[in-house]
Amino acid sequence: MKNDNLLLDVQDLRTVFHIAEGTVHAVNGVSFKLNECETLAVVGESGCGKSVTMMSVMRLIPVPPGDYASGKVLYRERDLLQVSENEMENVRGKEIAMVFQDPMTALNPVLSIGRQLTEPLRVHLGLDKENAQQRAIELLEQVGIPDPARRLSDYPHQFSGGMRQRAMIAMALACAPSLLIADEPTTALDVTIQAQITELVERLRDQLCMAVIWITHDLGVVAGLAERVIVMYSGFIVEEANVEAIYENPQHPYTLALLEALPRVDRRRHQRLKSIPGAPPNLLIAPHGCPFAPRCEYAYDRCREENPPLLPISPTHKLACWVDVSTGKPR
Amino acid sequence: MTIDAMHTPRHKSASGDVDPTMSSVPATQGSSSIHTDEPPLVQVSELFKYFPVTQGLIIERQIGSVKAVDGISFSILRGETLGMVGESGCGKTTAGRTILGLYRPTSGSVQIGGIEINGIEGEDVRLLRRKAQMIFQDPYASLNPRWTVASIIAEPLRVHKLVATKAEATERVKELMLLVGLSPRLFNRFPHEFSGGQRQRIGVARALASDPQFIVCDEPISALDVSIQAQVVNLMEELQDKFGLTYLFIAHDLSMVRHICDRVAVMYLGVIVELTERDELYENPLHPYTQALLSAVPIPDPKKDRARQRIILTGDVPSPINPPSGCRFHNRCPLAIDRCSQERPEWREAAPNHWVACHLVV
Repeated sequence: MKNDNLLLDVQDLRTVFHIAEGTVHAVNGVSFKLNECETLAVVGESGCGKSVTMMSVMRLIPVPPGDYASGKVLYRERDLLQVSENEMENVRGKEIAMVFQDPMTALNPVLSIGRQLTEPLRVHLGLDKENAQQRAIELLEQVGIPDPARRLSDYPHQFSGGMRQRAMIAMALACAPSLLIADEPTTALDVTIQAQITELVERLRDQLCMAVIWITHDLGVVAGLAERVIVMYSGFIVEEANVEAIYENPQHPYTLALLEALPRVDRRRHQRLKSIPGAPPNLLIAPHGCPFAPRCEYAYDRCREENPPLLPISPTHKLACWVDVSTGKPR
Repeated sequence: MTIDAMHTPRHKSASGDVDPTMSSVPATQGSSSIHTDEPPLVQVSELFKYFPVTQGLIIERQIGSVKAVDGISFSILRGETLGMVGESGCGKTTAGRTILGLYRPTSGSVQIGGIEINGIEGEDVRLLRRKAQMIFQDPYASLNPRWTVASIIAEPLRVHKLVATKAEATERVKELMLLVGLSPRLFNRFPHEFSGGQRQRIGVARALASDPQFIVCDEPISALDVSIQAQVVNLMEELQDKFGLTYLFIAHDLSMVRHICDRVAVMYLGVIVELTERDELYENPLHPYTQALLSAVPIPDPKKDRARQRIILTGDVPSPINPPSGCRFHNRCPLAIDRCSQERPEWREAAPNHWVACHLVV
């Protein structure tokens, strides 16, 4: 089931945080589009703004200290940054659902799984207790929790890490959302459980024709899952392309470095890993020049002076870099 | 795969990125050499570690035990890196801690450089700690937030009385900081002023302070970003080349284990199910659990990742209080036969230097 209807159109989103030490420039003018039923991966290191971008889309940033300095988040042509908080409540959970990294802190430890799972059903869909219970059992069954009727009265601590994440996904799917935002849903889990969860999300996505945004720092996880990949660095999108192009023909030095820093389970070792020297930039300092320039082996004078804009280099590939990595010379 | 492959020293620095200061190592051995001609540095045999499960507040009685490590045996050669992989709760961390004597073994024997750890007491413990150190998983929790970097790194120096004066200690701390790639100017800073990768470097410097031979690395990179992981792993390899260190590398990231380890042990519910040389394990895994584990590792290549057949294990690791009978893996194993639930498989050498415990391996 594929269609080309635009679901989400984020335009020039800027999110900043005003704190005692100054202003944190977390998201610096991010624009991207997402079609219905499409899977988009957002990749980057900690602090690159990938989570803040998606929290902004859900309008989950506390204001203050947060501030949506500019931009639009058009969801089905409605700007989510402008709608009232009441309307937003209806979007969250019903239209756009989110799964968080750490299922233990995202679940309420003193409420049973059943209570937490039936809440969105009763609030958003107006189901009565009995029907909500019934639907909750179906949902747990759908995400592969054995003996769901009995597990409904369990508390989060009685679930294993993988089961908690499944319960989180069940909760997110409760109202059949059109968009699922998964924020590093498998980072805290073992590889075997990670494979179970990605398989589950893939299956549900295809069944329900749901768009998925998968946030991760690991380029390995999303290779088999995503259709399109956005690479973020220091609050900017530095590269955006189809999944094949990102892995086979990466154009940004940062994407290239991320791929080279990854050891491969399917290859014999040839040499030391290539590491990226230095650390991500301090977001308190307003960006000047290309944010990756201080760590970039290709950087030249212009990179330190002027931040490259994100421009298309082919119909499906966008890049923000002054350098052509194949030659090492300016584009 | 022949026996020779096992005994060939791994020339890590073939690519030429060696630190020039390492040239003191005899060239014939390569910069990293595994000492196959001498007895293993670490010898673990039939090691058990059970934790009691008790009931009752005033009159506590033991109602069972968590069989965290349930009879493991292996050895690590001097200069070698042995990887230990498995899911959370398989007992790999407990194994690492018991080997260092941080937990008293329930039974079994661990020898590090000829010293028996089981039953060790008093001054001998201190001597052992000098020779065997640990790098911890969480660089946030393993450094005292109220101590400066200098006092953290100098603690082993003080405890083992390796320095006579304060000035000498400061000198040595600065040397160690330089060694792990931290600016010695930062020696008066506190842990919170450092990033995750830098903190892990502090942990490495502390482990190196007493000039150990053997380091247990308990998931040293799991808490770090991909780009920083590579930095820390490269640092650990450089240090191994420089000082001839022996590592037990505990991890759940199988790609990184393939990169850094010479041999790999796969643990499941307190037992080792397979142990062999690294490329042999990854190219020819024999145990169904190893096969499932490897097939679950994502490959950063969309075509390859989509094309391959994944073995998805159902359910979670069972409780180590009541491990399944027979082969521990039988209730999750896609290939299990009747015999698997009744009889514990024998630990045997299925191919040269390829040890496995499975009834189905011929």
